[in-house]
Amino acid sequence: MTSAEQALLAARPDFAAIAHWVKSGARVLDLGCGDGSLLRYLWEANQAPGYGVEIDDDSVLACVANDVNVLQVDLESGLSLFADQSFEYVILSQTLQAVHHTEGILREMLRVGREAIVSFPNFGHWYARLQVVLGHMPVSKSLPYEWYETPNVHHCTITDFEDLCRRIGIRIREKLVMHDGKPVTVLPNVLGSLAVYRCTAA
Amino acid sequence: MNAPHDPSSVGQVLAHKAHFDAPIRLRSGAELPSYDIAYETYGTLNAARSNAVLVCHALNASHHVAGYYENERGNAGWWDNLVGPGKPLDTRRFFVVGSNYLGSCFGSTGPASVNPATGKPWGADFPVVTVEDWVEAQARLADRLGIERFAAVIGGSLGAMQALQWTLSYPDRIRHSLVIAAAPRLTPQNIAFNEVARQAIMTDPDFHGGHYYEKGVVPTRGLRIARMIGHITYLSGEAMAEKFGRVLRRASLGFDFDIDFEIESYLRYQGDKFSSYFDANTYLRITKALDYFDPAADFGGNLAAALARAKAAFLVVSFNSDWRFPPPRSREIVRALLDNRRIVSYLEIDAPGGHDAFLLEDPRYHGALRAYFANIDL
Repeated sequence: MTSAEQALLAARPDFAAIAHWVKSGARVLDLGCGDGSLLRYLWEANQAPGYGVEIDDDSVLACVANDVNVLQVDLESGLSLFADQSFEYVILSQTLQAVHHTEGILREMLRVGREAIVSFPNFGHWYARLQVVLGHMPVSKSLPYEWYETPNVHHCTITDFEDLCRRIGIRIREKLVMHDGKPVTVLPNVLGSLAVYRCTAA
Repeated sequence: MNAPHDPSSVGQVLAHKAHFDAPIRLRSGAELPSYDIAYETYGTLNAARSNAVLVCHALNASHHVAGYYENERGNAGWWDNLVGPGKPLDTRRFFVVGSNYLGSCFGSTGPASVNPATGKPWGADFPVVTVEDWVEAQARLADRLGIERFAAVIGGSLGAMQALQWTLSYPDRIRHSLVIAAAPRLTPQNIAFNEVARQAIMTDPDFHGGHYYEKGVVPTRGLRIARMIGHITYLSGEAMAEKFGRVLRRASLGFDFDIDFEIESYLRYQGDKFSSYFDANTYLRITKALDYFDPAADFGGNLAAALARAKAAFLVVSFNSDWRFPPPRSREIVRALLDNRRIVSYLEIDAPGGHDAFLLEDPRYHGALRAYFANIDL
């Protein structure tokens, strides 16, 4: 692993989990792909060709510079560019909390892809809970924004996400809860700060 | 004294003309026994001949893409802000070719050229030419220049249609297609605007059924109105409001039919300027080329099926304020490419310039083109 890749995985520990799940050569769609780091990583790690969806101008430019396929469309208005079941994996990496139409996007992911991979910061992590108890909105490594500047609109806990999946008929195939890049198995909704799920239609 | 040299300009350039004696059969079935293609080149073709980029022009432009002519320093090429040393399409790295389409009035054989069969200008007898015909002629020019395969073909608007058609006519001769401010086919509304423009020209008493050269007249009134109509569709309502508002040209409303508003003055100026240098027969033909472009037509309207032949990687760019070919038209192309699992990136630039935004220097737009070209392997 190059030092750049190590730095990337330290900053985005969910990437390694996602790369572990994505089969070699599989077609990947990354929603809210930022500068295309994950797609670039998946291409180099798994030879998985991908497309990113991103709305922010600077991020789109970074994708082009990164030689990553990027489509500048608003994912909130749906994934109408993409045919049914045209991807093996549709990824929503630490973007769920910033999406307005949460339920709609999850359904669209499983229309377009055979599997959905979703990661998000766990609002149920003990440190977040403590900050709320002490009277503040949580700010931490996985929730790095002050309340007045956050792009996040829908925070959830691990339990909340699993409840939603059950309610709208999404089947969770695998999950990985982490803190500081290491897996958490005991009391994940308390000790985990980041959750990654692999889901399919029920 | 010479003006100081601008290091980001390709500098002084020469227009060339390639003559072809082998006849070219056009989509209409007509045949041109011989023809000329005017072109310019910038930069140097590398030894591997892998760095050639073809720039396709739109409606009223020409092969004069960048730089200036010796005696016309003020007349910079139409895409001079994109093409040059250190510019997004960097002529230190790429060999750039600007080619003038068949039927033009700027050097390639067109309606004002002499018909060898009659010894008189072709006029109305010059055939209707299409985007496919232009690509065919460009391919022959590429043969002549020793270019087997273009690193990229780029164009905006009607030029973008050529960049797209290249991937269908010669899928193995183009590695990257940059399709900017495009549409996969015209809407009835687009065609309607073109038809008004054509009617303006053809009903001008000086048109003489297209044989006006021999009468020594030019249908400038029709051409002027055609250009005014076209110009309205190139600008966004927002850009027009920003630039002209309802500002008056005179102290108060005249209650007559002279120019009241700035926008009227601007349109008249644009119309006058255009009709002084552009040929009406060419205008008729390019609007037809636009109307006829529809690669999906042979596939029951299925654009994805039409684009299945394409092998190139694509960059598709649209502009939010473009109401002539708005972003949903570009997304049709992107969707069809995705259906075919082609390599494609798509940018939707929030720029106010309308359809003409593709000619302007927006940092996001030019930044993306720069980054894209930089990633093309030579």
